[in-house]
Amino acid sequence: MLTEMLEYEFIRNALIAALLSSVACGIIGTFVVVKKIGSISGGIAHTAFGGIGIAYFLGISPLAGVIPFSIASAIAIGLLNRRSKVAEDTAIGAFWALGMATGIIFIGLTPGYAPNLFSYLFGNILTVPSFDLWMILLFDIFIAVVVILFYKEFLAICFDEEYAEVSGLKTTQLYLLLLCLIAIAVVVMMRVVGIVMVIALLSIPAAIAKSFSRSLPVMMLLSIMFCAVFCVIGIWISFLLDIASGAAIIIVACIAFMLLQLVTAIIAAMKRSVI
Amino acid sequence: MNEPVIECGNLSVELGGTRVIDGLTLTVYEQDFLGIVGPNGGGKTTLLRVFLGLEKSYGGTVHVFGSPPGSYPERMGYVPQRLFFDREFPVSVRELVLMGRLSHKKLFRNYDRADREKADEALRLTGLERLSSRRIGTLSGGELQRALIARALAGEPRLLLLDEPTANVDPGMKITIYDLLDYLRKSMTIVMVSHDTGMISRHVTRIACLNCTLDMHEPGSSLGREALDSLYRYPVDVIAHLGQSGSQPEKSPHDADGNA
Repeated sequence: MLTEMLEYEFIRNALIAALLSSVACGIIGTFVVVKKIGSISGGIAHTAFGGIGIAYFLGISPLAGVIPFSIASAIAIGLLNRRSKVAEDTAIGAFWALGMATGIIFIGLTPGYAPNLFSYLFGNILTVPSFDLWMILLFDIFIAVVVILFYKEFLAICFDEEYAEVSGLKTTQLYLLLLCLIAIAVVVMMRVVGIVMVIALLSIPAAIAKSFSRSLPVMMLLSIMFCAVFCVIGIWISFLLDIASGAAIIIVACIAFMLLQLVTAIIAAMKRSVI
Repeated sequence: MNEPVIECGNLSVELGGTRVIDGLTLTVYEQDFLGIVGPNGGGKTTLLRVFLGLEKSYGGTVHVFGSPPGSYPERMGYVPQRLFFDREFPVSVRELVLMGRLSHKKLFRNYDRADREKADEALRLTGLERLSSRRIGTLSGGELQRALIARALAGEPRLLLLDEPTANVDPGMKITIYDLLDYLRKSMTIVMVSHDTGMISRHVTRIACLNCTLDMHEPGSSLGREALDSLYRYPVDVIAHLGQSGSQPEKSPHDADGNA
Protein backbone atom coordinates (compact mmCIF):
# COMPACT_ATOMS: atom_id res chain seq x y z
CA MET A 1 0.00 0.00 0.00
CA LEU A 2 2.71 2.42 1.08
CA THR A 3 4.93 1.58 -1.89
CA GLU A 4 1.95 1.95 -4.19
CA MET A 5 1.36 5.40 -2.69
CA LEU A 6 4.95 6.45 -3.16
CA GLU A 7 4.85 5.67 -6.88
CA TYR A 8 2.91 8.87 -7.46
CA GLU A 9 4.97 12.02 -7.70
CA PHE A 10 2.22 14.16 -6.14
CA ILE A 11 2.22 11.90 -3.08
CA ARG A 12 6.00 12.12 -2.79
CA ASN A 13 5.77 15.92 -3.05
CA ALA A 14 3.00 15.95 -0.48
CA LEU A 15 5.07 13.94 1.98
CA ILE A 16 8.13 16.15 1.46
CA ALA A 17 5.98 19.26 1.93
CA ALA A 18 4.51 17.80 5.11
CA LEU A 19 7.91 16.96 6.58
CA LEU A 20 9.40 20.34 5.62
CA SER A 21 6.52 22.38 6.96
CA SER A 22 6.57 20.37 10.18
CA VAL A 23 9.90 22.03 10.95
CA ALA A 24 8.39 25.54 10.91
CA CYS A 25 5.27 24.27 12.63
CA GLY A 26 7.12 22.60 15.50
CA ILE A 27 9.49 25.49 16.20
CA ILE A 28 6.86 28.22 16.04
CA GLY A 29 4.13 26.09 17.59
CA THR A 30 6.34 25.70 20.66
CA PHE A 31 6.39 29.48 21.14
CA VAL A 32 2.65 29.74 20.44
CA VAL A 33 1.95 27.22 23.19
CA VAL A 34 4.38 28.40 25.88
CA LYS A 35 3.59 32.08 25.32
CA LYS A 36 -0.14 31.23 25.15
CA ILE A 37 -0.74 33.27 22.02
CA GLY A 38 -2.94 30.75 20.21
CA SER A 39 -5.78 33.17 19.58
CA ILE A 40 -3.47 35.88 18.28
CA SER A 41 -1.93 33.30 15.93
CA GLY A 42 -5.40 32.28 14.76
CA GLY A 43 -6.11 35.94 14.08
CA ILE A 44 -2.92 36.34 12.04
CA ALA A 45 -3.77 33.20 10.05
CA HIS A 46 -7.25 34.35 9.11
CA THR A 47 -6.12 37.86 8.30
CA ALA A 48 -3.77 36.30 5.75
CA PHE A 49 -6.83 35.60 3.59
CA GLY A 50 -6.95 39.31 2.79
CA GLY A 51 -3.50 38.96 1.22
CA ILE A 52 -4.71 36.12 -0.97
CA GLY A 53 -7.65 38.21 -2.17
CA ILE A 54 -5.40 41.15 -3.04
CA ALA A 55 -2.97 38.87 -4.86
CA TYR A 56 -5.86 37.46 -6.93
CA PHE A 57 -7.05 40.92 -7.79
CA LEU A 58 -3.58 42.12 -8.83
CA GLY A 59 -2.93 38.89 -10.68
CA ILE A 60 0.29 38.17 -8.82
CA SER A 61 1.38 34.98 -7.10
CA PRO A 62 -0.68 34.38 -3.95
CA LEU A 63 2.53 33.91 -2.00
CA ALA A 64 3.70 37.40 -2.99
CA GLY A 65 0.45 38.83 -1.68
CA VAL A 66 0.05 36.80 1.44
CA ILE A 67 3.51 37.28 2.96
CA PRO A 68 3.57 41.08 3.19
CA PHE A 69 -0.10 41.18 4.14
CA SER A 70 0.17 38.67 6.98
CA ILE A 71 3.39 40.22 8.33
CA ALA A 72 1.75 43.65 8.29
CA SER A 73 -1.32 42.29 10.05
CA ALA A 74 0.84 40.50 12.65
CA ILE A 75 2.55 43.79 13.48
CA ALA A 76 -0.78 45.65 13.52
CA ILE A 77 -2.46 43.13 15.84
CA GLY A 78 0.61 43.08 18.08
CA LEU A 79 0.81 46.88 18.34
CA LEU A 80 -2.92 47.28 18.90
CA ASN A 81 -2.63 44.68 21.63
CA ARG A 82 0.32 46.39 23.32
CA ARG A 83 -0.15 50.07 22.75
CA SER A 84 -3.87 50.61 23.16
CA LYS A 85 -6.47 49.92 25.77
CA VAL A 86 -8.44 47.70 23.38
CA ALA A 87 -8.99 44.26 24.91
CA GLU A 88 -6.86 41.60 23.24
CA ASP A 89 -9.76 39.44 22.04
CA THR A 90 -11.54 42.48 20.58
CA ALA A 91 -8.46 43.45 18.58
CA ILE A 92 -8.01 39.88 17.35
CA GLY A 93 -11.69 39.50 16.47
CA ALA A 94 -11.71 42.76 14.50
CA PHE A 95 -8.58 41.89 12.50
CA TRP A 96 -9.70 38.31 11.95
CA ALA A 97 -12.91 39.49 10.26
CA LEU A 98 -11.25 42.44 8.52
CA GLY A 99 -8.79 40.11 6.80
CA MET A 100 -11.48 37.71 5.67
CA ALA A 101 -13.69 40.59 4.48
CA THR A 102 -10.83 42.16 2.51
CA GLY A 103 -10.14 38.81 0.88
CA ILE A 104 -13.75 38.24 -0.11
CA ILE A 105 -14.17 41.76 -1.53
CA PHE A 106 -11.05 41.60 -3.69
CA ILE A 107 -11.91 38.13 -4.94
CA GLY A 108 -15.38 39.42 -5.77
CA LEU A 109 -13.87 42.33 -7.70
CA THR A 110 -11.69 39.98 -9.74
CA PRO A 111 -13.40 38.92 -12.97
CA GLY A 112 -13.86 35.19 -13.48
CA TYR A 113 -13.93 32.27 -11.13
CA ALA A 114 -11.32 31.74 -8.40
CA PRO A 115 -10.64 28.05 -8.84
CA ASN A 116 -8.18 26.98 -6.12
CA LEU A 117 -9.31 29.34 -3.41
CA PHE A 118 -10.53 26.40 -1.45
CA SER A 119 -7.00 25.01 -1.19
CA TYR A 120 -5.78 28.15 0.61
CA LEU A 121 -8.63 28.05 3.09
CA PHE A 122 -8.55 24.34 3.85
CA GLY A 123 -5.24 23.20 2.42
CA ASN A 124 -4.52 20.77 -0.35
CA ILE A 125 -1.16 19.25 0.09
CA LEU A 126 -1.72 16.85 -2.79
CA THR A 127 -1.36 19.68 -5.30
CA VAL A 128 1.89 21.17 -4.00
CA PRO A 129 4.12 22.10 -6.95
CA SER A 130 7.87 21.46 -6.68
CA PHE A 131 8.55 25.22 -6.57
CA ASP A 132 6.60 25.50 -3.32
CA LEU A 133 8.80 22.84 -1.75
CA TRP A 134 11.79 25.13 -2.22
CA MET A 135 9.86 28.05 -0.80
CA ILE A 136 8.93 26.02 2.29
CA LEU A 137 12.57 24.97 2.74
CA LEU A 138 13.68 28.59 2.48
CA PHE A 139 11.16 29.71 5.11
CA ASP A 140 12.21 26.83 7.38
CA ILE A 141 15.82 27.96 7.21
CA PHE A 142 14.82 31.58 7.83
CA ILE A 143 12.73 30.69 10.88
CA ALA A 144 15.41 28.39 12.29
CA VAL A 145 18.15 31.01 11.87
CA VAL A 146 16.11 33.80 13.52
CA VAL A 147 15.13 31.52 16.41
CA ILE A 148 18.74 30.46 16.97
CA LEU A 149 19.91 34.09 16.90
CA PHE A 150 17.24 35.30 19.32
CA TYR A 151 16.88 32.13 21.36
CA LYS A 152 17.74 33.52 24.79
CA GLU A 153 15.61 36.61 24.22
CA PHE A 154 12.61 34.61 23.01
CA LEU A 155 12.95 32.23 25.96
CA ALA A 156 13.05 35.21 28.33
CA ILE A 157 9.98 36.98 26.93
CA CYS A 158 7.99 33.74 26.79
CA PHE A 159 8.87 32.71 30.32
CA ASP A 160 8.63 35.99 32.19
CA GLU A 161 8.17 39.08 30.07
CA GLU A 162 8.35 41.45 33.03
CA TYR A 163 11.74 40.13 34.07
CA ALA A 164 12.91 40.35 30.47
CA GLU A 165 11.98 44.03 30.48
CA VAL A 166 13.74 44.58 33.81
CA SER A 167 16.81 42.98 32.20
CA GLY A 168 16.78 45.69 29.57
CA LEU A 169 15.28 43.75 26.65
CA LYS A 170 13.15 45.54 24.08
CA THR A 171 10.25 43.24 24.77
CA THR A 172 7.69 44.80 22.44
CA GLN A 173 10.02 44.59 19.43
CA LEU A 174 10.89 40.98 20.27
CA TYR A 175 7.21 40.14 20.64
CA LEU A 176 6.47 41.69 17.23
CA LEU A 177 9.36 39.72 15.70
CA LEU A 178 7.88 36.53 17.15
CA LEU A 179 4.46 37.42 15.66
CA CYS A 180 6.12 37.94 12.26
CA LEU A 181 7.67 34.48 12.50
CA ILE A 182 4.19 33.14 13.28
CA ALA A 183 2.89 34.89 10.16
CA ILE A 184 5.61 33.18 8.09
CA ALA A 185 4.83 29.80 9.67
CA VAL A 186 1.17 30.34 8.77
CA VAL A 187 2.15 30.90 5.12
CA VAL A 188 4.25 27.71 5.20
CA MET A 189 1.35 25.71 6.65
CA MET A 190 -1.21 27.25 4.30
CA ARG A 191 -0.58 24.58 1.66
CA VAL A 192 -0.80 21.77 4.17
CA VAL A 193 -3.92 22.46 6.20
CA GLY A 194 -5.10 25.88 5.01
CA ILE A 195 -5.42 29.09 6.97
CA VAL A 196 -8.67 28.11 8.65
CA MET A 197 -7.20 25.04 10.33
CA VAL A 198 -3.57 26.07 10.74
CA ILE A 199 -4.01 27.03 14.37
CA ALA A 200 -4.75 23.42 15.30
CA LEU A 201 -1.46 22.26 13.81
CA LEU A 202 0.45 25.12 15.44
CA SER A 203 -0.87 24.25 18.88
CA ILE A 204 -1.66 20.52 19.14
CA PRO A 205 1.78 18.99 18.43
CA ALA A 206 3.47 21.51 20.75
CA ALA A 207 0.85 21.06 23.46
CA ILE A 208 1.45 17.30 23.39
CA ALA A 209 5.23 17.80 23.34
CA LYS A 210 5.12 20.18 26.31
CA SER A 211 4.27 17.48 28.83
CA PHE A 212 7.22 15.33 27.69
CA SER A 213 9.86 18.09 27.48
CA ARG A 214 12.26 19.47 30.01
CA SER A 215 13.52 22.28 27.80
CA LEU A 216 12.36 24.39 24.88
CA PRO A 217 14.68 22.81 22.25
CA VAL A 218 13.47 19.32 23.25
CA MET A 219 9.89 20.56 22.99
CA MET A 220 10.60 21.92 19.50
CA LEU A 221 12.09 18.64 18.30
CA LEU A 222 9.19 16.63 19.70
CA SER A 223 6.67 19.07 18.19
CA ILE A 224 8.30 18.71 14.77
CA MET A 225 8.13 14.95 15.15
CA PHE A 226 4.48 14.87 16.24
CA CYS A 227 3.52 17.31 13.49
CA ALA A 228 5.27 15.19 10.85
CA VAL A 229 3.62 12.00 12.12
CA PHE A 230 0.14 13.58 12.07
CA CYS A 231 0.70 14.90 8.55
CA VAL A 232 1.95 11.59 7.17
CA ILE A 233 -0.91 9.61 8.75
CA GLY A 234 -3.38 12.24 7.56
CA ILE A 235 -2.11 12.12 3.99
CA TRP A 236 -2.20 8.35 4.03
CA ILE A 237 -5.82 8.32 5.26
CA SER A 238 -6.85 10.95 2.74
CA PHE A 239 -5.32 8.84 -0.06
CA LEU A 240 -6.98 5.70 1.27
CA LEU A 241 -10.46 7.13 1.77
CA ASP A 242 -10.23 9.84 -0.90
CA ILE A 243 -11.03 12.66 1.51
CA ALA A 244 -9.57 16.18 1.91
CA SER A 245 -5.97 15.94 3.10
CA GLY A 246 -5.95 19.05 5.31
CA ALA A 247 -9.06 17.96 7.17
CA ALA A 248 -7.70 14.43 7.55
CA ILE A 249 -4.47 15.76 9.11
CA ILE A 250 -6.37 17.95 11.56
CA ILE A 251 -8.68 15.11 12.58
CA VAL A 252 -5.69 12.82 13.19
CA ALA A 253 -4.03 15.50 15.35
CA CYS A 254 -7.20 16.19 17.33
CA ILE A 255 -7.89 12.49 17.95
CA ALA A 256 -4.29 12.01 19.16
CA PHE A 257 -4.64 15.02 21.46
CA MET A 258 -7.90 13.80 22.96
CA LEU A 259 -6.58 10.25 23.38
CA LEU A 260 -3.56 11.61 25.25
CA GLN A 261 -5.79 13.65 27.55
CA LEU A 262 -7.92 10.57 28.18
CA VAL A 263 -4.88 8.38 28.95
CA THR A 264 -3.43 11.06 31.26
CA ALA A 265 -6.74 11.32 33.11
CA ILE A 266 -6.98 7.52 33.47
CA ILE A 267 -3.38 7.29 34.77
CA ALA A 268 -4.04 10.09 37.27
CA ALA A 269 -7.23 8.36 38.44
CA MET A 270 -5.39 5.04 38.83
CA LYS A 271 -2.63 6.71 40.85
CA ARG A 272 -5.23 8.25 43.14
CA SER A 273 -7.00 4.94 43.70
CA VAL A 274 -3.66 3.22 44.53
CA ILE A 275 -2.95 5.83 47.20
CA MET B 1 27.37 58.83 54.58
CA ASN B 2 26.92 56.17 51.91
CA GLU B 3 26.03 57.13 48.37
CA PRO B 4 22.30 57.38 47.59
CA VAL B 5 21.06 54.53 45.39
CA ILE B 6 17.41 55.50 45.05
CA GLU B 7 16.16 59.06 45.35
CA CYS B 8 12.45 59.85 45.12
CA GLY B 9 11.11 63.36 45.34
CA ASN B 10 7.39 63.95 45.73
CA LEU B 11 6.60 60.78 43.78
CA SER B 12 2.95 60.20 42.83
CA VAL B 13 1.49 57.34 40.83
CA GLU B 14 -2.05 56.89 39.57
CA LEU B 15 -3.31 53.50 38.41
CA GLY B 16 -6.64 53.45 36.59
CA GLY B 17 -7.62 56.83 38.03
CA THR B 18 -6.78 55.89 41.63
CA ARG B 19 -3.83 57.52 43.32
CA VAL B 20 -1.84 54.63 44.83
CA ILE B 21 1.25 56.64 45.80
CA ASP B 22 0.96 60.23 46.88
CA GLY B 23 3.80 62.67 47.46
CA LEU B 24 6.42 60.10 48.43
CA THR B 25 9.90 61.35 49.25
CA LEU B 26 12.50 58.74 50.05
CA THR B 27 16.22 58.16 49.77
CA VAL B 28 17.76 54.71 49.94
CA TYR B 29 21.50 54.65 50.54
CA GLU B 30 24.09 52.07 49.63
CA GLN B 31 24.17 49.15 52.08
CA ASP B 32 20.66 49.97 53.29
CA PHE B 33 18.23 47.15 53.92
CA LEU B 34 14.89 48.90 53.63
CA GLY B 35 11.71 47.06 54.53
CA ILE B 36 8.46 48.38 53.11
CA VAL B 37 5.29 47.30 54.89
CA GLY B 38 1.71 48.37 54.39
CA PRO B 39 -1.72 47.05 53.48
CA ASN B 40 -2.65 45.42 50.18
CA GLY B 41 -3.25 47.99 47.49
CA GLY B 42 -1.08 50.44 49.43
CA GLY B 43 1.24 50.89 46.48
CA LYS B 44 4.16 48.69 47.58
CA THR B 45 4.49 46.66 44.39
CA THR B 46 3.86 49.78 42.32
CA LEU B 47 6.76 51.51 44.07
CA LEU B 48 9.10 48.63 43.17
CA ARG B 49 7.83 48.75 39.59
CA VAL B 50 8.68 52.45 39.45
CA PHE B 51 12.23 51.75 40.67
CA LEU B 52 12.60 49.02 38.04
CA GLY B 53 11.45 51.24 35.20
CA LEU B 54 8.36 49.06 34.59
CA GLU B 55 5.92 51.76 35.69
CA LYS B 56 6.73 54.73 33.51
CA SER B 57 3.92 57.17 34.21
CA TYR B 58 4.50 58.91 37.49
CA GLY B 59 4.73 62.43 38.86
CA GLY B 60 7.68 63.83 40.75
CA THR B 61 11.29 62.73 40.38
CA VAL B 62 12.89 59.31 40.66
CA HIS B 63 16.56 58.56 40.29
CA VAL B 64 18.11 55.12 40.56
CA PHE B 65 21.92 55.20 40.57
CA GLY B 66 21.58 58.86 39.69
CA SER B 67 19.69 58.19 36.45
CA PRO B 68 16.07 57.62 35.42
CA PRO B 69 14.77 54.15 36.39
CA GLY B 70 15.63 51.42 33.91
CA SER B 71 18.98 52.96 32.96
CA TYR B 72 21.13 50.28 34.56
CA PRO B 73 19.41 46.90 34.18
CA GLU B 74 22.68 45.08 34.93
CA ARG B 75 22.80 46.60 38.42
CA MET B 76 19.26 45.57 39.35
CA GLY B 77 18.05 42.31 40.81
CA TYR B 78 14.33 41.69 41.06
CA VAL B 79 12.45 38.95 42.87
CA PRO B 80 8.81 39.24 41.83
CA GLN B 81 5.89 37.71 43.63
CA ARG B 82 5.87 34.16 42.36
CA LEU B 83 3.39 32.42 40.07
CA PHE B 84 3.20 35.20 37.55
CA PHE B 85 4.61 32.69 35.10
CA ASP B 86 3.53 29.26 33.95
CA ARG B 87 4.84 26.63 36.36
CA GLU B 88 4.49 24.00 33.64
CA PHE B 89 6.95 25.87 31.44
CA PRO B 90 9.55 23.39 30.16
CA VAL B 91 12.58 24.97 31.76
CA SER B 92 15.04 23.64 34.34
CA VAL B 93 16.02 25.41 37.54
CA ARG B 94 19.49 26.08 36.14
CA GLU B 95 18.05 27.61 32.95
CA LEU B 96 15.74 29.80 35.04
CA VAL B 97 18.67 31.06 37.10
CA LEU B 98 20.76 31.56 33.97
CA MET B 99 18.13 34.04 32.76
CA GLY B 100 19.38 36.32 35.53
CA ARG B 101 22.50 36.85 33.38
CA LEU B 102 20.39 38.33 30.58
CA SER B 103 21.04 41.94 31.55
CA HIS B 104 24.80 41.39 31.09
CA LYS B 105 24.49 39.78 27.65
CA LYS B 106 24.47 41.46 24.27
CA LEU B 107 22.15 40.39 21.48
CA PHE B 108 23.34 37.29 19.55
CA ARG B 109 25.70 36.31 22.40
CA ASN B 110 24.77 33.10 24.09
CA TYR B 111 25.33 32.32 27.75
CA ASP B 112 28.94 31.22 28.18
CA ARG B 113 31.02 29.43 30.75
CA ALA B 114 31.35 32.53 32.98
CA ASP B 115 27.56 32.94 33.00
CA ARG B 116 27.11 29.29 33.92
CA GLU B 117 29.57 29.68 36.78
CA LYS B 118 27.70 32.72 38.10
CA ALA B 119 24.44 30.79 37.88
CA ASP B 120 25.96 27.80 39.72
CA GLU B 121 27.25 30.11 42.43
CA ALA B 122 23.77 31.59 42.89
CA LEU B 123 22.35 28.08 43.06
CA ARG B 124 24.90 27.16 45.75
CA LEU B 125 24.13 30.28 47.75
CA THR B 126 20.42 29.50 47.75
CA GLY B 127 20.98 25.81 48.44
CA LEU B 128 19.48 24.62 45.18
CA GLU B 129 22.45 22.81 43.57
CA ARG B 130 20.85 19.42 44.00
CA LEU B 131 17.68 20.60 42.28
CA SER B 132 19.39 22.43 39.43
CA SER B 133 18.40 20.01 36.68
CA ARG B 134 14.82 19.62 37.88
CA ARG B 135 11.95 21.14 35.93
CA ILE B 136 10.61 24.19 37.76
CA GLY B 137 7.14 22.65 37.93
CA THR B 138 8.43 20.03 40.38
CA LEU B 139 9.64 22.56 42.98
CA SER B 140 7.81 23.40 46.18
CA GLY B 141 6.72 26.98 46.87
CA GLY B 142 9.76 27.73 49.03
CA GLU B 143 12.19 26.16 46.55
CA LEU B 144 10.70 28.14 43.71
CA GLN B 145 11.00 31.32 45.76
CA ARG B 146 14.68 30.60 46.35
CA ALA B 147 15.13 29.89 42.65
CA LEU B 148 13.74 33.35 41.88
CA ILE B 149 16.19 34.85 44.38
CA ALA B 150 18.98 32.85 42.71
CA ARG B 151 17.96 34.26 39.32
CA ALA B 152 18.27 37.79 40.69
CA LEU B 153 21.64 37.00 42.32
CA ALA B 154 23.08 35.46 39.15
CA GLY B 155 23.01 38.97 37.67
CA GLU B 156 25.32 40.21 40.47
CA PRO B 157 23.02 43.10 41.37
CA ARG B 158 24.03 46.13 43.39
CA LEU B 159 20.40 46.79 44.22
CA LEU B 160 18.11 43.89 45.07
CA LEU B 161 14.35 44.47 45.07
CA LEU B 162 12.15 41.77 46.58
CA ASP B 163 8.36 41.66 46.45
CA GLU B 164 6.89 39.54 49.24
CA PRO B 165 9.59 36.87 49.09
CA THR B 166 8.16 35.07 52.11
CA ALA B 167 4.50 34.96 51.08
CA ASN B 168 3.27 31.38 50.61
CA VAL B 169 6.44 29.98 52.15
CA ASP B 170 6.37 27.69 55.20
CA PRO B 171 7.85 29.09 58.44
CA GLY B 172 11.12 27.11 58.36
CA MET B 173 11.85 28.31 54.85
CA LYS B 174 11.07 31.91 55.84
CA ILE B 175 13.95 31.84 58.31
CA THR B 176 16.26 30.47 55.62
CA ILE B 177 15.30 33.28 53.28
CA TYR B 178 15.87 35.91 56.00
CA ASP B 179 19.26 34.36 56.84
CA LEU B 180 20.21 34.60 53.19
CA LEU B 181 19.17 38.26 53.09
CA ASP B 182 21.22 38.95 56.21
CA TYR B 183 24.22 37.55 54.36
CA LEU B 184 23.48 39.43 51.13
CA ARG B 185 23.02 42.84 52.75
CA LYS B 186 26.78 43.01 53.25
CA SER B 187 27.37 43.20 49.52
CA MET B 188 24.28 44.95 48.14
CA THR B 189 21.49 47.39 48.83
CA ILE B 190 18.19 45.66 49.50
CA VAL B 191 14.61 46.91 49.33
CA MET B 192 12.03 44.39 50.42
CA VAL B 193 8.25 44.58 50.38
CA SER B 194 6.61 42.38 52.97
CA HIS B 195 3.52 41.67 55.02
CA ASP B 196 5.68 40.10 57.66
CA THR B 197 5.82 43.13 59.99
CA GLY B 198 7.10 41.19 63.00
CA MET B 199 9.86 39.32 61.18
CA ILE B 200 11.01 42.15 58.96
CA SER B 201 11.75 44.54 61.82
CA ARG B 202 14.51 42.26 63.12
CA HIS B 203 16.45 42.20 59.90
CA VAL B 204 16.14 45.53 58.14
CA THR B 205 18.00 48.76 58.82
CA ARG B 206 14.98 50.93 58.13
CA ILE B 207 11.25 50.40 57.76
CA ALA B 208 8.88 52.39 55.61
CA CYS B 209 5.13 52.11 55.98
CA LEU B 210 3.41 52.72 52.71
CA ASN B 211 -0.28 53.33 52.42
CA CYS B 212 -0.44 55.81 49.59
CA THR B 213 1.68 58.14 51.68
CA LEU B 214 4.95 57.12 53.26
CA ASP B 215 5.83 56.98 56.92
CA MET B 216 9.55 56.50 57.49
CA HIS B 217 11.03 54.89 60.57
CA GLU B 218 14.70 55.40 61.23
CA PRO B 219 16.82 53.13 63.41
CA GLY B 220 15.97 53.30 67.11
CA SER B 221 12.50 54.69 66.63
CA SER B 222 9.38 52.72 67.42
CA LEU B 223 6.39 52.47 65.22
CA GLY B 224 3.53 53.57 67.48
CA ARG B 225 0.28 51.70 67.72
CA GLU B 226 -1.78 54.66 66.57
CA ALA B 227 0.39 55.09 63.52
CA LEU B 228 0.06 51.42 62.57
CA ASP B 229 -3.66 51.30 63.31
CA SER B 230 -4.32 54.29 61.15
CA LEU B 231 -2.12 52.76 58.46
CA TYR B 232 -3.80 49.38 58.37
CA ARG B 233 -7.21 50.36 59.72
CA TYR B 234 -7.21 47.22 61.81
CA PRO B 235 -5.16 46.25 64.87
CA VAL B 236 -1.64 45.08 64.14
CA ASP B 237 1.55 44.48 66.05
CA VAL B 238 3.57 47.36 67.28
CA ILE B 239 7.07 47.16 65.96
CA ALA B 240 9.98 48.29 68.04
CA HIS B 241 12.55 49.00 65.44
CA LEU B 242 15.94 48.39 66.87
CA GLY B 243 18.10 49.49 64.02
CA GLN B 244 21.19 47.61 62.90
CA SER B 245 20.69 44.69 65.22
CA GLY B 246 20.06 42.09 62.56
CA SER B 247 22.64 39.74 64.01
CA GLN B 248 21.30 39.74 67.56
CA PRO B 249 17.58 40.19 67.18
CA GLU B 250 15.82 41.40 70.27
CA LYS B 251 12.24 40.46 70.60
CA SER B 252 9.86 43.32 70.78
CA PRO B 253 7.58 43.14 73.84
CA HIS B 254 4.50 43.17 71.68
CA ASP B 255 5.68 40.59 69.24
CA ALA B 256 4.05 37.78 71.16
CA ASP B 257 0.62 39.32 70.54
CA GLY B 258 0.52 37.29 67.38
CA ASN B 259 0.54 38.66 63.90
CA ALA B 260 -2.80 39.87 62.67
